[in-house]
Amino acid sequence: MACHARTSPPAGPAPPNGPDGTGTQPGTDYAAYASTERAGHGHLDLMAPDIHCAGCIKRIETALNAHPAVTAARVNMSTKRVAVDWCGDLALADEIAGTVAALGFDIRPFDGDRASGAQDAARSRELLLALAVAGFAAGNVMLLSVSIWSGAPDATRAMFHWLSALIALPAVGYAGRPFFRSAWAALKVRSLNMDVPISLAVLLACAMSLYETVNLGEEAYFDAAVMLLFFLLVGRYLDHLMRTRAHSALHALLSLTAKSATVVSDDAVRTRTPIDDIEAGMVVAVAPDECLPVDGIVCGGTSDVDLSMMTGESVPRTVERGDMVHEGTMNLTGELLVQVSASGATTLLADIISMMEAAEKSKARYVRLADMAARVYAPLVHGIAALTFLGWLWASGGDWHFAAFTAVAVLIITCPCALGLAVPVVQIVASGVLFRGGVLLKDGAALERLAEIDTVVLDKTGTLTLGRPRLVSPAVIDVDQLALAAGLSRHSNHPLSRAITALAAQRNITPHNVVAVTEQPGLGLSGTYDGMQVFLGRRDWCAPAAVEDDDGRQLELCLQTGHGAPQMFRFEDELRTDAPFVVSELKRRGFPVEMLSGDRPKAVARLARKLGIAEYRAQWTPEAKAHYVASLNSSGKHVLMVGDGLNDAPALAAGHASIAPSSATDAGRTAADFVFLGDRLQPVLFAHRIACRARRLVMQNFALAAGYNLIAVPLAILGYASPLVAAIAMSVSSLIVTGNALRLRLNTPRQHPDAVATAPGGKAAGSDERSAA
Amino acid sequence: MTNLLLLIPVALLLGAIGLGAFVWALRSGQFEDLEGAAMRILNDDDEKPS
Repeated sequence: MACHARTSPPAGPAPPNGPDGTGTQPGTDYAAYASTERAGHGHLDLMAPDIHCAGCIKRIETALNAHPAVTAARVNMSTKRVAVDWCGDLALADEIAGTVAALGFDIRPFDGDRASGAQDAARSRELLLALAVAGFAAGNVMLLSVSIWSGAPDATRAMFHWLSALIALPAVGYAGRPFFRSAWAALKVRSLNMDVPISLAVLLACAMSLYETVNLGEEAYFDAAVMLLFFLLVGRYLDHLMRTRAHSALHALLSLTAKSATVVSDDAVRTRTPIDDIEAGMVVAVAPDECLPVDGIVCGGTSDVDLSMMTGESVPRTVERGDMVHEGTMNLTGELLVQVSASGATTLLADIISMMEAAEKSKARYVRLADMAARVYAPLVHGIAALTFLGWLWASGGDWHFAAFTAVAVLIITCPCALGLAVPVVQIVASGVLFRGGVLLKDGAALERLAEIDTVVLDKTGTLTLGRPRLVSPAVIDVDQLALAAGLSRHSNHPLSRAITALAAQRNITPHNVVAVTEQPGLGLSGTYDGMQVFLGRRDWCAPAAVEDDDGRQLELCLQTGHGAPQMFRFEDELRTDAPFVVSELKRRGFPVEMLSGDRPKAVARLARKLGIAEYRAQWTPEAKAHYVASLNSSGKHVLMVGDGLNDAPALAAGHASIAPSSATDAGRTAADFVFLGDRLQPVLFAHRIACRARRLVMQNFALAAGYNLIAVPLAILGYASPLVAAIAMSVSSLIVTGNALRLRLNTPRQHPDAVATAPGGKAAGSDERSAA
Repeated sequence: MTNLLLLIPVALLLGAIGLGAFVWALRSGQFEDLEGAAMRILNDDDEKPS
């Protein structure tokens, strides 16, 4: 099955977390997240964002159930969570988490108290229960109403009305709460939302019908009231379902920046300390392959630090005593001692996150289409109902009963049933189509915004490129040399080493057995093979004699064996295979395409030329990126931001709409509206196309709802809207709107051919493993 | 008229049973992982969900 989350580590002394830094985050204390209900029993919730198919569920549950202490293990696929119960000490949590991590899943502890997950679940349960009650009431009241409409005699009719009231009134009281609450909240701040006309119509219909029932009248609207609630709750539930779907998997990730760090005291004692207790001036030890937990100045050790997530720079930087390092970057090759200059809320990372939040707030001002419709609709409807009442009062010479009855009929028939379904149905269908195409959508408003974009801004490292180096022209390199290099490189976590190891594995070359390998941080690897010293690393370190045109920190490695000529390995940051096509397609659709990067100008210019992007900026800070995107927005443009790094997060949040690859940092994924899976860039085009079609369908649905009102309202004003007419009109319009939304599904290929990930070693897109399974 | 006195309570009771069944399903967590349920049928061996 194509869904194995990661390839297995290569032979040899691989680091505990796997060769590509997956698995559990180093130093996470899982026992601290475990909870206990009874003594001797533990419970732990883990987030595993990579779960995406039946095989993953099975592998995790089988592995956990095989553990002797585990009593229950359950994967929740919708929320990408694993719940484990075990019998024994809480400290077993680390071992249990390790079991899942050993399968190759990237896991984090899930902090149930802080995450919004529990709240979402409660709300979804409330809506479902309300929906069930409304459905039950609607069915039974309709049963009684049909016999009334077919001409039940007076006594029977009165009894049926009473029965209907008995069913409908409690049901409305229960199922209507979500609407009443929201309407009340809106009225309290003196504004109108869609729930105000809904609540008014339902309550007035009930009051009017009760009056009729008591006075043995002929017409009661109980069926209309509950049916209305039923349809609206369907829309409400769909809306909620979509909002929580991707949200739950993505949102909780951000809370997990470093929680603790290893503090080294003056007498060299090392203690694991929570991040909140770390103060400026302390010295922190950072092991290789660990994320830096603080900002600070290196006061001991040498290492290479991967800055790509922070700056977009594709080459790791060598740091030594006196260099500044930042939280969130990855220490690669050697242990570092860092004197803390800032931690917690004062680091650069925290700055970036607060910038991101500020940008998101400004985006919250966006008014959704449905709310825009409600602002026009609600006053109009209430105005018409009031005029109807006054008009009939005058025309019938003071028959207030008939006037009020007609006015209520107007309110019921105009109640935005179809309008309430028009948007959520389209969006849930669209998000389903997107999901199968490998794109996760965070909320419906983002879909509306994506359809409005007119400028595209792309990040370079990790977005247009894959953010991992690839050997240039591997064919010219001798197999024996490659095997030797792989023999050295498999001992290192440096991205270039990993690229060599991966290439050797891909070509089925067994690495030579190089012994006594040592890594010199910032320089390279050395070892002994066949009695000869071999070196792999920087050119001026391996073969000092051969230094020629050194243009600084290039992506290259040099292999030196004995006294022979050095073998050079040159690398480039691998472009996503379809990036040129996507860029030209975006241009063809008429969008100006720009590129922003934190990388060096030379590398950026080269890539821009290759892709035909005229507008590009290099060496930009996260602030500059975010300001630029915000300024484009305020000049009236609608920017689609595509990016992945921590440095893109503020810009992603500032963009009118934003997309990030699933390989992005947590911050990037949290800030983006859409997240796509796989190694190709095509999902960006796919998402935009679906968003445009969804918008068209929403507009059509609004037109259909308006058309329905044009016919129904005059009937109601003239007093022809009997309960039967109201029931038919309401259900027909809802069905038409829903049916129209489903068309989105019809013309979309079941598997979007572009989105199916075929790239090596990558995660397959959602649609792929359904067919593979 | 007399048959109505029997049939209406029967209709309501049947509806109430359906509602009760739904509430039970919701309470016992069967709606908590709709996507996972769709995927689980692909796993061949019938392990009892724990």
